[in-house]
Amino acid sequence: MSEIAHRPLGGRILTKPVMILGIFVLIALYFIARRFLFGLGDVSHMSNGFPLGVWVAVDVVVGTAFGCGGYAMALLVYIFNRNTYHPLMRPALLSGVFGYTLAGMAVMIDLGRYWNAFNLLMPWYAQLNSVIFEVALCVMAYITVLWIEFSPAIMERMPPSLRQRYNVDKVRAFLKRYMYVFIGLGVLLPSMHQSSLGSVLLVMGSKLSPLWYTNWLPLLYLISALSMGYGVVLLESTLVSRAYRLPSESALLASLSKVVAGILALFLIIRFGALLAGGHLDLALAGDFRGNLFLIESALFLAPVLLLATPAGRASQRLRFLAAVCLLAAGSLYRIDSYIMAVNPGNGWVYFPSAPELMITIGMVCLEIILYLLFIKTLPVLRGSANQPQGRLS
Amino acid sequence: MSINLSRRKFLQGSAAGAVTAAASVADAAPFDRREPRPLAPKAVGMLYDSTLCVGCKACVSACKQANGMPVEQPERLAAWGEGAWDMAEDISGHTLNVIRVYQDGTMEQKDRDKDGYAFVKRHCLHCVDPSCISVCPVSAMQKDPETGIVTHNPDACIGCRYCVYGCPFNVPQYQFDETFGRISKCQFCNHLQKEGKLPACCDVCPTGASLFGLVTDLQAEAKRRLAAKPGEMYTFARGKLGGDRPGHEAPLGHYQPHLYGEQESGGTQVRYLTGVPHEKLGLPKLPDYSFAAVSEGMQHTLYKGMIAPLALLGGLVYLARRSVKSHDDDEDSAS
Repeated sequence: MSEIAHRPLGGRILTKPVMILGIFVLIALYFIARRFLFGLGDVSHMSNGFPLGVWVAVDVVVGTAFGCGGYAMALLVYIFNRNTYHPLMRPALLSGVFGYTLAGMAVMIDLGRYWNAFNLLMPWYAQLNSVIFEVALCVMAYITVLWIEFSPAIMERMPPSLRQRYNVDKVRAFLKRYMYVFIGLGVLLPSMHQSSLGSVLLVMGSKLSPLWYTNWLPLLYLISALSMGYGVVLLESTLVSRAYRLPSESALLASLSKVVAGILALFLIIRFGALLAGGHLDLALAGDFRGNLFLIESALFLAPVLLLATPAGRASQRLRFLAAVCLLAAGSLYRIDSYIMAVNPGNGWVYFPSAPELMITIGMVCLEIILYLLFIKTLPVLRGSANQPQGRLS
Repeated sequence: MSINLSRRKFLQGSAAGAVTAAASVADAAPFDRREPRPLAPKAVGMLYDSTLCVGCKACVSACKQANGMPVEQPERLAAWGEGAWDMAEDISGHTLNVIRVYQDGTMEQKDRDKDGYAFVKRHCLHCVDPSCISVCPVSAMQKDPETGIVTHNPDACIGCRYCVYGCPFNVPQYQFDETFGRISKCQFCNHLQKEGKLPACCDVCPTGASLFGLVTDLQAEAKRRLAAKPGEMYTFARGKLGGDRPGHEAPLGHYQPHLYGEQESGGTQVRYLTGVPHEKLGLPKLPDYSFAAVSEGMQHTLYKGMIAPLALLGGLVYLARRSVKSHDDDEDSAS
């Protein structure tokens, strides 16, 4: 076992897929430039009926949930002390680093008065009743914590001369000693702001369809973030082990799937329980747009519970993969619906993102994938046996 | 076969579990609403009487002048009037108030639901318990502690647009068409009031449909109008209730028996008397509490004195430390 360690994958950086993704990043950059030159209305279809569009609903609300892999795994590995899952920790952390950092960038594009953004950190402007204030501070702090948690992987690969000049080994020793503080923060902060992304919607009241509006929104958001975090870990480890022919973590993933099925079932119980209590469940069968959205969501949430309910289902790589895809789709749809599609501001307002608006979102996702690939190739993120040749293409 | 059997068992078990758990969710309320906010001691407001409004839009143009806002024309009408005539269809980043019209069927009679028409004025209602203030992360929205006027400070504003998103009346408007856009909203001509003047819209209203005054006085006046007999002659004040301007005599309208804004969203300082049901005039049906009290109730329960998060952090750090130690021990023994 001892020769199995984190190591860089190696291999070429500028592969064809990376270049294709790069084209999308360039397209996004063009529209981002337009947004800063001509204003939000030039590139987006946001309006005063729908002042939040895909940049918030997808890049931030869904994006950070995809970035919850590190959070979900830290909870399992360090809080519930399941060290067996440790090999999944670093790749999960890395997806968190990029999920959150790029969500932060998306916010800077989305803010209508971005030059005032530092006011968030000025105590005399702080508004402690604001849920968004809490989310903003927590996300900023968490991005910092994520980079700190990931930094050992970078420092391990620094050239010795640099390491000596900047006393890196001392920093490393310090971090290693006190990492548990950052791990604690790295679990607390997402618990706070992921639940708060649900609390944000409490102020929407009658603008949000009763199928989504419930006082349990914070808890539902927290559970969905956790489940999506585990979903990302399931998906990612399957994809990476296939693409780069790494040893599969099948046994680990099978037992992780049990956890996933459990928390998804909890999500469904709370959601339907609240709907029953509020007497709004009949709206699900109304046959209208929002009722049908709710049904699709619920089916997508239920599917992974059923797929992962049995040992045979959990042991099958294919079914696990399918379950992960369903649950990520379910969580994403739930978040986009509650922020945009289930919202009715009245007065005939409608919203569908414009092409440039979508291109910015797509470009950000492409950038995320490029950076992820770059990091796993150059930094010790994935686990592999030391006697295996470097990289797949070498 | 064994898969099917165990799956069925699982489903039966979980269905039973789900029903019990759902029942307990139904009983439990996760938190209480925050206490409603009281009306400011010298709260000023407006009584808008839709039956008095003649749709002249003098208020719209006076508002533009008082607040330095440009004339707005929808693109399809741009060739018309050559920018001299304001044709804003709703409030926007460049229009703080607007008169809209309700139309039904033949539009024979004013202030009638069926085959009638009616006017309604749209601008900030200056909530007693405003959602925009509750959601704003940087205190850009402020409520005057004396007058209760809700103002906006663009120097603080980061443009996150949660005030637009959270306002139950869709009042704050971001300038999406500007490179350096800002939030626009009616501030009740705060700058004029400081000089002892009336808000521009109430100042120019020829019929007193927009009537300025203390909220408590306006409330009593509205109740008087509701209590009187429809069609009876009544003296309507103009400009400011209790001011020195002469009023005018007119028959009382056939009001809906509801003063909009008395209860809605925890009360608003701008209140509406209408001849047609308020939902038809774009005034939404709302509960008698502000949704801000719901979200703040949640936050105050979870984050009271930051005790729960700090306690949680302590527990997490302790557990993480224990785990890190035991993981290190594993590694040491393995090597």
